[in-house]
Amino acid sequence: MSEESKPIGGEFLTTPFKVLAGFTLFAGLLVLIRYVMGIGAVSNLSDGYPWGIWITYDVVAGTAIACGGYSMAILVYVLNKGEYHPLIRPALLASVFGYTLAAISIFIDIGRYWQGYNMFWPKYSNVNSVMLEVAVCIALYVMVLWIEFAPVLFEGMQKYKGNLPAFLTKWDVSGLQKIWSKFLFFFIALGILLPTMHQSSLGSLMLIAGKKLSPLWQTGFLPLLFLISAITMGYAIVIFESLFSSVGLKRPAETPILAKLSGIMPWLIGTYLVIRVLDLIVRGALGKAFAFNVQSLMFWIENALFVYPLVILMSAQNRTKARPLFLSALSILLAGLIYRFNAFLIGFDPGNGWTYFPSFSEILITFGIIAFEVMAYLYIVKKFPVLPKTEHA
Amino acid sequence: MVAANAHPALAREPKERIKDAVGMLYDSTVCIGCKACVSACKQFNETPSSFSSTDELWDNPLDNDSKTYNIIKLYKDGTGAAKDQEKDGHAYIKRQCMHCVDPACVSACPVSALAKDPANGIVSYDKKACIGCRYCQIACPFNVPKFEFEKAFPQIRKCQLCSHRMEKGDFAACAQYCPTGATIYGKVEDLLAEAKKRLAYKPGELRKYPVERVNGGQVTERIVTPYVMHIYGEKEGGGTQVLYLSGVAFEKLGLPALEETSDAQRSETIQHTIYKGMIAPIVFLGGLVYAVHKNTKDHK
Repeated sequence: MSEESKPIGGEFLTTPFKVLAGFTLFAGLLVLIRYVMGIGAVSNLSDGYPWGIWITYDVVAGTAIACGGYSMAILVYVLNKGEYHPLIRPALLASVFGYTLAAISIFIDIGRYWQGYNMFWPKYSNVNSVMLEVAVCIALYVMVLWIEFAPVLFEGMQKYKGNLPAFLTKWDVSGLQKIWSKFLFFFIALGILLPTMHQSSLGSLMLIAGKKLSPLWQTGFLPLLFLISAITMGYAIVIFESLFSSVGLKRPAETPILAKLSGIMPWLIGTYLVIRVLDLIVRGALGKAFAFNVQSLMFWIENALFVYPLVILMSAQNRTKARPLFLSALSILLAGLIYRFNAFLIGFDPGNGWTYFPSFSEILITFGIIAFEVMAYLYIVKKFPVLPKTEHA
Repeated sequence: MVAANAHPALAREPKERIKDAVGMLYDSTVCIGCKACVSACKQFNETPSSFSSTDELWDNPLDNDSKTYNIIKLYKDGTGAAKDQEKDGHAYIKRQCMHCVDPACVSACPVSALAKDPANGIVSYDKKACIGCRYCQIACPFNVPKFEFEKAFPQIRKCQLCSHRMEKGDFAACAQYCPTGATIYGKVEDLLAEAKKRLAYKPGELRKYPVERVNGGQVTERIVTPYVMHIYGEKEGGGTQVLYLSGVAFEKLGLPALEETSDAQRSETIQHTIYKGMIAPIVFLGGLVYAVHKNTKDHK
C-alpha cells in the first residue's frame, strides 16, 4: 500500500508557514499570561458561561472536524471499500493533529490542570460523569491515532531519509514496523470504537444542563445527533482537504474518488435531519424556531447549512464537479460547527443576565492552536508519504 | 448502539431523601433584608469582601460569587412600597447552595470533587480532587458553584452548609446569626413539616416561629402574612435540602421552575443505557476487530 503515497517535498519555511508560526508564538505568549494571571486575565469566561470557545471550538467542534480518520476507517476497514485507501493517510494526519491539539487545549482551559491525572485515578473517577467518559476516550484515542499514524512516520524514516533531520533517520525502525504490522488491526478497530463513544458523549455532555439549554437543542437525541453529524463532518473534511490542497499545493484534483465518497453524504445528512426535525416536532419545541431572536436565527442558519449540501449532493452530476463538491463539504463543516456552537453556547442561557462573547485574547489563542495544526500538517505532508501519488488521481 | 430513548428497566431510579439530611428553611415573608446572614457567612467561611462599587469601601456583592457563598437579593416592582407583594411591592430572597437531593454537580464532576455526604446530604467540595473543568457550573440549575477566574491556582467555591462548624455543635452560620428566624436550620423532614404548618396558618394570626433551629426551642411571635401555597425545593429538580417559602411567585425571586425529575437522573439514564456494564462497547469492539482483521488481510 505504501506505493500509494509520497512526500510532496518542497521548502517548508514558506511565507504562509512563517505567518502561521507568528500566530502560534503570539498565542503562546497569551497562554503564558493565562498560567500566571489566571483564566480571567485572558478570557471573558464567567460563572454564568464557564465554557467558551476553547471548549466549544477547540475540543467539541475541533474533534468533530478531526473525524476524517474515523469516518474513513469505517468505510475502508468495516465496509471494506478498499478503493478509498489513498484518502486514509491525509485524513488520519488531520485527525492526529486535530485531536492532539484538542487534548492539549484542554490543559489551557481546565483551572486545576496540575491535577488533571485525577481523571484516570480510580479513587477519584466518577463513572456517572459524562465528562469522565469523554476525557478518558479522547485521551486514549489520541494515543491510538499516533499508533495508527506511526507506520507513515516509519516509512518516511526508511524511504525518504533525505527529507529529514539526521537524528530521525539514525534509528532502524524495521523491527518496529514488523511489530506494528501484527497488531495494527486491533488499534484500527479501537480507533473506530473510541470516536463512536466520545463523539456521541460530547453531545450527552449538555443533557445535564437541563433547562439552561434551549429546547431547540436540549434533547435525549443529543448523543445520536452529535455522532451522525461528526461522521458526516469526517467525510466532509476529507473532501474539503483534498480539494483545498489540490489548489493550495498545486496538485491535480482527486475528483473521481471524491465524487464517489460524496455519494454517502445525502444519506447521512438526510438521516440526521429526519431525526432532528421529528424530535423537535414530537417534543413540541419547533415553535421556538419562530421566536425571531438570536437563538432562532442561529437555528435556521445551522439547518440551512445542512439542507444546502443535501440538495446539491443528491445530484450525481454535481458530485463530479470540484466546485459544488467543495462548497457542499464546506457547508457541512460549518453546519456541524454551528450546531456545536448552538448546543454549547448560543442555545445555553444560565439566566440572571449573564452574557458571553469571547475576548480578543481568547480568540487569538484558538487561532494559534489552529495555526499550529496547519503548520504541522504542512510539514508532515512535505516530508512524509501522506498524500496520494499524483498519477493515481 | 446509541439508544436515545432509555428502556424503563434501565432507567436510573430517582434519588430518595436521606433520612437524617440537614438543610435550611428560608421564609421570605419573615426576612427583613438585614444581611446579618451574609456577614456571618463571610466571617465563618473566612471569605474576603466582594465589591460592586468602585470605592470598594464595604462588602456589597450583587450576587453569589467565589467570595460570597450566601446572599440576600431583592425583588422590586413599581413603587416597591408593600412587602411581599408582587405588584408595587418588594420581597427578599436568600441564595446559596440548595444541597440537592440528586445534585447535578455531583453527577457531572468527573473526579468526585463534589460529593454528597451519605449521612447528612451536604454537598461539599474537595479541592484535592478538582481539575477545574467547570462542568459543575454548566450542570447546576441554580448556578451555585463559582470559580476563581482571577487566580492562577483557582478553586470552585460554594456553600457547604458550614459543615466545618458542626463538630463544635455549631450549624450554618447564616441560620445561627439570623435575628428574625427567616432562615432556620435543622433536619429536612422537620423543616418540611414546619413549612407545611406555616402554609396552613391564616394571614393575620399570631403564631410562634422558630429562630435559628427548627427544633431548638427558641421562638419568636409573628403575625402571619399571606403565602404562595407552595414549598419551593420539596419537589423541584428532584428536591433540595434548602426549602423556600414566599409571599410572591418563586420565579419573581429568580428561582428556576424545574421539573420533578432531576437533570442528573435524565443524564445518567441515557449514559448508563449506552454504557451499561460496558457490554455494548465491548461487543462493538469485538465486531470491529473481526471486520478490520479480515478486511486488512483482503487489502494485502
